[in-house]
Amino acid sequence: MVTTAPSEVEESDVDERVLADVPWVTVVWNDPVNLMSYVAYVFRTYFGYSEAKADKLMMAVHEEGRAAVSNGSREAMERDVQAMHSYGLWATLQKADAS
Amino acid sequence: MTSGFTRARRRGVHARFDVAEASLIVSLAGQVIELLRDGVPDPQVTGAGEDPLDELVGMSGPVTRPEDPVLRRLLPDGYSDEPGSEDANAEFRRFTERGLRDDKVANAEAVIASLQVAGADAAAEDDPVDVELDQAGVQAWLRCLTDLRLAIGTRLGVADGDESHWESLPDDDQAKAMHDVYDWLGFLQESLVRSLR
Repeated sequence: MVTTAPSEVEESDVDERVLADVPWVTVVWNDPVNLMSYVAYVFRTYFGYSEAKADKLMMAVHEEGRAAVSNGSREAMERDVQAMHSYGLWATLQKADAS
Repeated sequence: MTSGFTRARRRGVHARFDVAEASLIVSLAGQVIELLRDGVPDPQVTGAGEDPLDELVGMSGPVTRPEDPVLRRLLPDGYSDEPGSEDANAEFRRFTERGLRDDKVANAEAVIASLQVAGADAAAEDDPVDVELDQAGVQAWLRCLTDLRLAIGTRLGVADGDESHWESLPDDDQAKAMHDVYDWLGFLQESLVRSLR
């Protein structure tokens, strides 16, 4: 992934300082219902990802069945998962190393 | 037959439905509201009531997965199904499920309201139902259309790449008719997402 929005840089800086040893990730899972265009839209609007990054993550969900779409503290990932559920995406959080 | 959502400089995001289409969406959204409201577990089994302060600040809620597969999909677990995730899932659900249900009900209500304002109830059979959406309306429609498709798709058991199965069903098959509605809602949502570019 080559595109990095400014907000992401700040976010990951904070995460690394505070929780260097236990980063968590939000994982979005493939489902047969949600439209690819909608999933990419959610990644662009909620996370502020560029079109290229949103499309890449959407394709990873579609083709690999799942993709880690954000990382950070457990609390931040619980918020992201909650937001994904409100959009109707199937998402869970987990420790970054547990896959 | 509606051609879906479009965005015009002067009118914003809008769509024109015929009365039957508008009534169908009102009916489906109403069913999802009913499902989300009826499925709220009794306080006795939610862990609520144990701490009056929790109740007061809205920190109590259901701790177990809904039994209905549709509700399980609309209100998923927060943690993947690994050993030891039960407690985290219960806590996540306790703090989030009630709010998620309320949000989904509010979205469906907003969709119904926008159709009723446009004359879904009162219009004569041939009158068009013109829906215009502001930003909040767009969000409610995007999420509600998703919930309707999740509900119908889960009931029908849709899977990736199963289009030929649905096409092979006879025209009078009830599941095929429902799948046509599911596809149509997908067309609407696709047009709405496109209109936002």
